[in-house]
Amino acid sequence: MFYREAGDFKTSYTDDNQTFPIKFDRYRYYVVLAVAFGIIPFIINDYWANAFLLPFLIYSIAAIGLNILTGYCGQVSLGTGGFMAVGAYACYKLMTSFPDVNIFFHVIAAGGITAIVCAAFGLPSLRIKGFYLAVATLAAQFFLVWLFNKVEWFYNYSASGQINAPERFVFGVPVTGANTDAWATYLFCLVFLTISAIVARNMTRGMQGRKWMAIRDMDIAAEIIGVNPMRAKLSAFAVSGFFIGISGALFFAVYLGAVEVGEVFGIQKSFLVLFMIIIGGLGSIFGSFAGAAFLVLLPVLLKLIGVDLLGWPTDIVAHFNLVIVGALIIVFLIAEPHGIAQLWRVAKEKLRLWPFPH
Amino acid sequence: MPEQLVFAMEVFLNGLMAGVLYALVALGFVLIFKASGIFNYAQGVMALFSALTLVGIMEGQVPFSHIINAVFGTEIHHFGWHVPALLAILITMAVMVLFAWIVQRYIFRHLVGQEPIILFMATIGLAYFLEGVGDLMWGSEIKKLDVGLPQGINDWIDLTTYNIFDYGFFIDNLDIVATVIAALLVAALVIFSQYSKEGRAMRAVADDHQAALSVGVSLNFIWIMVWSVAGFVALVAGIMWGTKSGVQFSLSLIALKALPVLMLGGFTSIPGAIVGGLIIGVGEKLFEFAIGPMVGGATENWFAYVLALIFLVFRPQGLFGEKIIERV
Amino acid sequence: MKMKLTTMALTALMAAGPAMADLVFPSLSYRTGPYAAGGIPFADGYADYFTLLNERDGGIGGIPTRVLECETGYNTEKGVECYESTKAEGALVYQPLSTGITYQLIPKATADGIAIHSMGYGRTSAANGKVFSNVFNYPANYWNGASGAINYLMSQGDLTGKKVALVYHNSAYGKEPIRTLEELSAKHGYDLTLIPVDHPGQEQKSQWLQIRREKPDFVIMYGWGVMNQVAVQEAANIRFNMENFIGIWWSGSENDVLPAGDKANGYKALTFHGVGNDFPVFADIQKHVVDAGKAAGAGDQIGTVLYNRGLYAAMLAAEAVKTAQSIHGEMDITPAMMRDGMEALEITEEKMAGLGLPGFGPSFSVSCENHGGPGLVGMTQWDAAAKTWSLISDFSESDMDVIQPLIDADSEAYAAENNIEAGC
Repeated sequence: MFYREAGDFKTSYTDDNQTFPIKFDRYRYYVVLAVAFGIIPFIINDYWANAFLLPFLIYSIAAIGLNILTGYCGQVSLGTGGFMAVGAYACYKLMTSFPDVNIFFHVIAAGGITAIVCAAFGLPSLRIKGFYLAVATLAAQFFLVWLFNKVEWFYNYSASGQINAPERFVFGVPVTGANTDAWATYLFCLVFLTISAIVARNMTRGMQGRKWMAIRDMDIAAEIIGVNPMRAKLSAFAVSGFFIGISGALFFAVYLGAVEVGEVFGIQKSFLVLFMIIIGGLGSIFGSFAGAAFLVLLPVLLKLIGVDLLGWPTDIVAHFNLVIVGALIIVFLIAEPHGIAQLWRVAKEKLRLWPFPH
Repeated sequence: MPEQLVFAMEVFLNGLMAGVLYALVALGFVLIFKASGIFNYAQGVMALFSALTLVGIMEGQVPFSHIINAVFGTEIHHFGWHVPALLAILITMAVMVLFAWIVQRYIFRHLVGQEPIILFMATIGLAYFLEGVGDLMWGSEIKKLDVGLPQGINDWIDLTTYNIFDYGFFIDNLDIVATVIAALLVAALVIFSQYSKEGRAMRAVADDHQAALSVGVSLNFIWIMVWSVAGFVALVAGIMWGTKSGVQFSLSLIALKALPVLMLGGFTSIPGAIVGGLIIGVGEKLFEFAIGPMVGGATENWFAYVLALIFLVFRPQGLFGEKIIERV
Repeated sequence: MKMKLTTMALTALMAAGPAMADLVFPSLSYRTGPYAAGGIPFADGYADYFTLLNERDGGIGGIPTRVLECETGYNTEKGVECYESTKAEGALVYQPLSTGITYQLIPKATADGIAIHSMGYGRTSAANGKVFSNVFNYPANYWNGASGAINYLMSQGDLTGKKVALVYHNSAYGKEPIRTLEELSAKHGYDLTLIPVDHPGQEQKSQWLQIRREKPDFVIMYGWGVMNQVAVQEAANIRFNMENFIGIWWSGSENDVLPAGDKANGYKALTFHGVGNDFPVFADIQKHVVDAGKAAGAGDQIGTVLYNRGLYAAMLAAEAVKTAQSIHGEMDITPAMMRDGMEALEITEEKMAGLGLPGFGPSFSVSCENHGGPGLVGMTQWDAAAKTWSLISDFSESDMDVIQPLIDADSEAYAAENNIEAGC
């Protein structure tokens, strides 16, 4: 009834090209933004920020990055953990080398450095495809983690080999270090997520995105119609690396505050982000959000229900957690192989016809 | 003979042995991938699960005892019997066949014809599920696994090489046993797939599902069979690794050791898994021996992948993989 | 999604509940995941001791204790969630139990005014109380352990010209002893070989072949998880003399030696607390906790090394509470008071005997400057036939002349990086 194009007239090409052409969709988007920026910061507390919102926001950025590479350009990557580590360590080195520069620029620069590293590790993609490439990116994963562990320069020769985020401010408000407020860290990450999502969304529906999708669907055919596979693939690696680098920097500086590379950015992280985009939906920005929400919120939620509500022993709950998450993934895939994003698309399709489906 | 060369020979031999162990894990991946195009992420967890089940049966542990005790307030842990190793292995194999049937019946039957990445994802769900079930069933403490395999340095080799090179080589008896078992296993698989009716059907399915279906091969049966065989291979790998380190969660991580092997040997080739395993085993051990001390050691994890990557740049389908033919 | 959020809010509300006067001890346990085998006995010991205090003495100073268990699976992110969800309930002291979670909590807990007790793990330089006001790592840390191992070897014979190899988990934790061992090697004239093992450590053939080739006289191990079991097995395989193989306390539990069977006999490990169940307190635990059906675990872990460690941690926390109660004259103490209590903690032989734990650990006292205690470490040895660890040396001094400058340097670097004013 509400969700349809009918009656929603466009009088200019700009209108016609906007991100959300349907009015209801557009307003929903504004409402989400208004709630995220205008309401949540005032009601947020430490627990909500650190247990749900920060990981959700940061993983969403990583998932958007990986989705560009895997979902849009079709290059399966299992190096996400390693690339996040590049972002984190780049951010750490920048924060300690240039303490006077605003952290905002450090995070952006960390993204840039990761983009370069990621593009370099993307070179084999010109020869190797499919699962073979996935395993090849694992080389990046293991090598980078080993490197950050081994070379003392990366952690400023500290005896422990851990990196700690010093206190940094944005507009006089601390966003990293110990004395942060929940709303400040939340807003800081939210700003990055919003910018990333807008950039990614517009990139993927523009020429660049179409090139990526052409490569994904069939690279030889794409090459024949004039898409340069090298530039398309490497640009996907670079753009994806940029977002993943930002998420790694935020993960270290804002969310955890202290990082040991092998534990935090290990192979498990690479798999986790890949799971997010597959569950959320490959080739969909919304899917990145949905997947991150699913895998961040569900375990905590199950834990809350099991331990706090039902009072079960924590280890049994943790094991059930695995069983339930595993079973849900399978059930989801059987019911809807293309992820939560596809469910959402189907729902929207239904909504457009509702209440007269015939 | 210069000392370093003798040492390198010892490292080389041990690399071969380690490679056999990697190949054992990789074999499970190859079997399933070849027959159904599923990249089975759960293979490592299957090794863990089968080893846990084996120990549990041998020790007469009560499955799910922890949760039963928590719910009913009882104090049961053991049936109080001990099952001989061979019988326990047979029972575990039966459990793995049952597992294969469940997997096929309730998961992959519903996912026939989906894209590879979705099948891959389903196996990830399966891995989570199995890990949780394994822990709930048998508990998460470290269990000693002793099915009577010998362990420790082989004295004969030590003595013989000492007489020749003035330096006794270290070869683990367990590795020798593993090599023999792996050789037998591969031989059995080859004979099975070449000469038995089911084996031929399996190869037919691997070549072309639809063609196999049209000549009356039951895909369902073949897939259950393949998962059972993969479960059996996982059990063998689980026994080998579990004997060394005790049966524990980390056993599931051996899958990571198998990935470079797969990539190098090709996802679809059984000889590829073996040769790939040997190359990776020797390569990473020799690199750690020769270059490792210069860069601070612990290079094995990433070097295996880099080695495979270098091979792939020259042969994108792996050493023995099927040639990738691309058409528009 | 909205449905879920409301359930979640409801759950959070119900969890918050009305707060009674009690002493809250969060236990960030890891009963699942790759290190579960080590986490289960520790968590059991920690919980059982507090249960014992409640059942036998009615709490500490009349106030009942409450252990809030939260499962981390040794995962840093879950640790964050656990910290945030338990701190609002008035948590007195955190035992983060993982290097990653400890590092991550040090600034947070300091800002929140809650104490951290990282007993025998975590950030070693936190022993400097001037910089780390809320972090305690008494009675011993990794550098004490390294020095204690060398001291023990020196008590057995001269080390000059001997070869010592360090086999370590290639992570922040495993790299901890390197600097201490290097300094000590310059002082005592032994050769140090560093042999890293990458996580998880399932495959260590290269490392042990290297040891076999280079024939070090002694091997010290800083291992964790599956790495321990494999290392002990491989050492047995190459017939390395187990008497000369020393593990840090995280490589010295029953879990680590049992899979290798008889061949692990003679393996040694450092410790900072007593081993075995030959202490009067275990009779009380059997009577008040296990027989009453209130044990945290299956009750089969009692007396194992890690169970004792959990119990020891709980005992130290309870003693700190008593100290805090007597300092502030208040029974229902706050986290800030708890911190004061930990800083004024004094453990004596009489105190431990009174608690039914005679000689269970070293006697020591904590001060504002020194949060690490005197760093007394003992040596235990595994008897494979009897399946027991036994203490084979006294809790003896480590070389603080070497360690203290390292602690000062590292903590000052941290202070400079984070603009921390030195206290005390």
